[in-house]
Amino acid sequence: MYGYQLRVTFEESTGGTWPLNIGQVYTTLSRLERDKLVCPLAESGTGQRPYEITDAGRAELALWFATPISHGDRPRDELAIKLALALTTPGVDVGAVVQTQRTATVRTMQEYTRLKHRTDRPADLSWRLVVDAMVFQAEAEVRWLDHCEVSLLRYGPPSVSEKTPVSEQEAGDEAEREAAR
Amino acid sequence: MTVLELRAVHRVHGAGQTAVHALRGVTLTVGAGELVAVMGPSGSGKSTLLSLAGGLDRPTEGDVVVDGTVLGGCSRRGLAALRRRRIGYVFQDLNLLSSLTAAENVALPLELDGMRVRRARRLAQEALCEVDLDGYGPRFPDEMSGGQQQRVAIARALVGQRRLVLADEPTGALDSQTGEAVLRLLRSKVDGGAAGVLVTHEARHAAWADRVVFLRDGLIVDTSGPLDQPEELLTTPGGAG
Repeated sequence: MYGYQLRVTFEESTGGTWPLNIGQVYTTLSRLERDKLVCPLAESGTGQRPYEITDAGRAELALWFATPISHGDRPRDELAIKLALALTTPGVDVGAVVQTQRTATVRTMQEYTRLKHRTDRPADLSWRLVVDAMVFQAEAEVRWLDHCEVSLLRYGPPSVSEKTPVSEQEAGDEAEREAAR
Repeated sequence: MTVLELRAVHRVHGAGQTAVHALRGVTLTVGAGELVAVMGPSGSGKSTLLSLAGGLDRPTEGDVVVDGTVLGGCSRRGLAALRRRRIGYVFQDLNLLSSLTAAENVALPLELDGMRVRRARRLAQEALCEVDLDGYGPRFPDEMSGGQQQRVAIARALVGQRRLVLADEPTGALDSQTGEAVLRLLRSKVDGGAAGVLVTHEARHAAWADRVVFLRDGLIVDTSGPLDQPEELLTTPGGAG
């Protein structure tokens, strides 16, 4: 298989959810060749160079499939950080932050579901499962947001925001009182 | 065309200090070909909203309008007739009468409404075919899987002239694949011209709707609709991208 074919096959399998730059495909092929995981074959009549996986490449691939993805390797969760900061920053309506995110996430889920609804052909299974992965991840986020909301109701915001002025108006009032003293 | 309309609907259970405000002024319109999901935690007013929409309960204030008829202006008998003719329900359980066959369950609202048995059964068979249950008419509910029973319930909800389907956690007891098949079917029936309200606390199920309404403490706090061009998100091999 040569570079362009690899890109097309990858994108068909994943429904274009992870678009590949052709340059990136060739860079990766060169690295794989350097590491002896693939080997180049003779150029075709049209000037394309196909590659073949080596035994070492097959072993590496088997290892990749057999190894679970580590959560530690994923980027930090910006939403969790945002919620944590919202809780400790004066003047932020945490409930509104939660609801805004929930609406946006459900909207995204609606879009994915609408795409999924267009086809239930067996041939599209790999693509549908990729969309399902995104739907389930978004669902987990909504469930976590529900959990945050219930926790807020139960415990209320941390005391730091109770001690600190909660709006610019109040901050101004506080300053005036301070000046009057 | 608007099929269901809730106009500034309030529902208060009890009175005085122990009064519970289940709904505090909810306004909602659902058109033909539209599926609206109502999401909210327990006690947010979801089930009250569905009962009012289906004429099973009356608002303390405000109006519920189905197919142009204000339910508050109907007699008990008139309301019962409207429910039989216009409104279908799909619940999590207790959907079907166990002593009746699938075809008899689907034909029941038509027969109760005075339709001749033979005609009602024919319409029921057609409705069962539409939900891919051709040949299942003579089976009793306990001879069918949970998913098949829910398909019968959807056939019954939309048999005859009924154009409004109200669903309360219709996939509750089903596994994810079977549940998705039920939602896919509900979606198709709505795309065919019915109006639907789906009450759920699961975002994955609500995502099948055109609009998602978020209910908190008896109030709509937010609404989510899909983008006009979801193709922009992905390239679909199904031909959209």
